[in-house]
Amino acid sequence: MRPPKLPRARGPLTDELVGALRAGGDFRTVLSTSPTAVGADAALALWTLHELYYRGFADVDDRLEWHPTLLGVRGLLEGDLERRLRQRWVRPEGLSFVEDVFGWIDGQDGVSLARHVHRDADRDQVVDLLRARSLYHLKESDPVAWLVPRLGVPAKAALMELQLDEYGNGDPNRLHHHLFAVGLEAAGLEAAYDAHVDVAPLEVLEQNNALSLFGLHRRLRGAALGHLAAFEATSSLPSRRMAEGLRRLEFPEELAAYYDEHVEADAVHEQLAVRTIGAAALAEEPALEDDLWFGAFTCLDLEDRFARAMLTRWGVREVAA
Amino acid sequence: MSYEHPEALLCPGGPMLLRGRHTVEDADGVPHETTRPVTAVCRCERSASFPWCDGTHKVLPPDLRPA
Repeated sequence: MRPPKLPRARGPLTDELVGALRAGGDFRTVLSTSPTAVGADAALALWTLHELYYRGFADVDDRLEWHPTLLGVRGLLEGDLERRLRQRWVRPEGLSFVEDVFGWIDGQDGVSLARHVHRDADRDQVVDLLRARSLYHLKESDPVAWLVPRLGVPAKAALMELQLDEYGNGDPNRLHHHLFAVGLEAAGLEAAYDAHVDVAPLEVLEQNNALSLFGLHRRLRGAALGHLAAFEATSSLPSRRMAEGLRRLEFPEELAAYYDEHVEADAVHEQLAVRTIGAAALAEEPALEDDLWFGAFTCLDLEDRFARAMLTRWGVREVAA
Repeated sequence: MSYEHPEALLCPGGPMLLRGRHTVEDADGVPHETTRPVTAVCRCERSASFPWCDGTHKVLPPDLRPA
């Protein structure tokens, strides 16, 4: 796999950042530009900084992952993102995460891209969606893996039971993000981390930034667990619709097979995320409950924003979940 | 200290989780082998992937969901 290349700048901050990362030197201007950065420029800057913790970039010194000035920039951008996410969130009253989260998710009325793909989307829209989603699907469970050392024995064992399945039970051919790469390539699309970042909408960058934020900070382990639960609990039935939509549009079988796998896998994972992983983590640290709800809310909220943005981009009216 | 780690787990309103390798025989006597560390076995009998769970129980009215 070739190392990813730096993205195209989308504003003053990413312009400074991309140049300084390539030069490997002075990040003071990047730091002074950070507080005023907004929108896709700020989101792409944070995405780029987070990438240093995944696969890095071909033309960037690996040691910059822990450069103190860049950590300062990252801290400012993450602080802003977390504040905005927490402002939107309302803690559901009187509900227990383990007992009630499935019912609470059923009661949310987010927009569903899978329904649109199932019945109405055209080929160009699906390609647009696959490219945007690739930023997440080509990593899939990687940010969740950062949670492992932060949990107690039963929650850690339970999380690994789920992760083992995500990583193909030891068979690289069954590893989920590899299945997506195989599907993309069969459809004639590039399957590298960086291949589609330049066309990714703000909402996709923020989805990925939230996952990395939750994964990289031990403090946010509850949010990471809640996000995992909500993600898995909204995957099985939509994956069936995605697979049928892809077959309707005669996309390659490899791509539909990726979604077939998620119908059954995520019917297991949603139960594990709530009843074994979530329950064990909360039994050990009951104070995490609020952050589990925060993570679950954020997952659904960011997906709803992404879905609305894509439908607007395609000129399609809203499709209820 | 030891922890409970049952081989089968009943999920209220949802599937049965089954840990490890098992063969589940359907009503026609056809054997289905589990392939995952944990498998969700359908209990609402409406899964399109029967005998495995595909999440269909979630769209059923509460009285049709498994206990």
